[in-house]
Amino acid sequence: MTSIGVYYFGAISLILIGLYAILTKRNLLKILVGLSIMETGVNLLLISVGYVRNATAPILSDYATPTNVVDPIPQALVLTAIVIGVATTALALSVAINVYERYNTLDIEKIRGLRG
Amino acid sequence: MVKRILAIIFILVIGFWIANALAKVPFGEDKMLVGKYYLENVKEQTGAINAVTAVVVNYRGFDTLGEVTVLFIASTGVAALLWRRREERSAEVDGSLILKTGSRVLLPFIMLFGAYIFIHGHLTPGGGFPGGATIATAFLMIYLAYKEYEIDHNLFEPLEGLSGVSYVAVGLIGLAIGGYFLFDWIWQIWEVGDIGRLLSAGFIPIIYTIIGIKVGTELTGIIDRMIKESKEVEG
Repeated sequence: MTSIGVYYFGAISLILIGLYAILTKRNLLKILVGLSIMETGVNLLLISVGYVRNATAPILSDYATPTNVVDPIPQALVLTAIVIGVATTALALSVAINVYERYNTLDIEKIRGLRG
Repeated sequence: MVKRILAIIFILVIGFWIANALAKVPFGEDKMLVGKYYLENVKEQTGAINAVTAVVVNYRGFDTLGEVTVLFIASTGVAALLWRRREERSAEVDGSLILKTGSRVLLPFIMLFGAYIFIHGHLTPGGGFPGGATIATAFLMIYLAYKEYEIDHNLFEPLEGLSGVSYVAVGLIGLAIGGYFLFDWIWQIWEVGDIGRLLSAGFIPIIYTIIGIKVGTELTGIIDRMIKESKEVEG
């Protein structure tokens, strides 16, 4: 019981916490923080789906044969997803900077409706 | 208040769905299909012992080229969104003495470590993406320590473009020699190096060096864009 769902539970919790922040927060930066938390949850979920009990990292050697290593594919996906996530977060933040310069607020209720 | 309650109900429904779906995916059991094939053939087919790297660069190299393109578009987007701002830093003082001295001492080691991560991508955990991010942290540290520091744009921007072009060029050489894009001619035809040594795994170290340089310069460019003065130029 202890080891069954810890990773799944953590990953789903992170996704839901991020989703809650996106749904309820009004500050644009807090929404982006929520998005990042959600992204972490998705990455953790992918990694934990590929986990194999009592197996080691997929770097083959005398002790790590193809029978006792974890699935390399989710790790390969997450490896690139992390850096892409950083870049897309930077893009979203620069949109937020532009929004603040134009509307002088980061409250999404107040910037609703296209002005100017 | 109603909004919060609705949101909580909504996320509970979503959470229930995800949990239901994951109940059919047993945790910690071996359920590899394609992964097994990669693990069994990775040494003969790519010469790399790190299966993750072999999947990223060799088996799914075209996919990685797409991801590098996403990174390039994101960094271009940051530059396009922030181009109107004045090219000045808003910081009024340098970092503390500890930060300044520490960054000067640590800079070469962080750069060396980043280069180590991406050159040894086929042997140890890591590769071009984390290695490039490590190099970008070194530049972030100097930016925080010295307010007047700025990267050499005439060096970084051509380097970024050149590394993207050379990735495609490596793929095109493979097309010319082996008949398909990103064919690993160095390992499969020339058979350079021994498995498990630095000189092995065909074009994986070459492509990962290219990716490392590209990620490093792009993330440094994003840092440079975001850290500058936030006042808009009038007119």
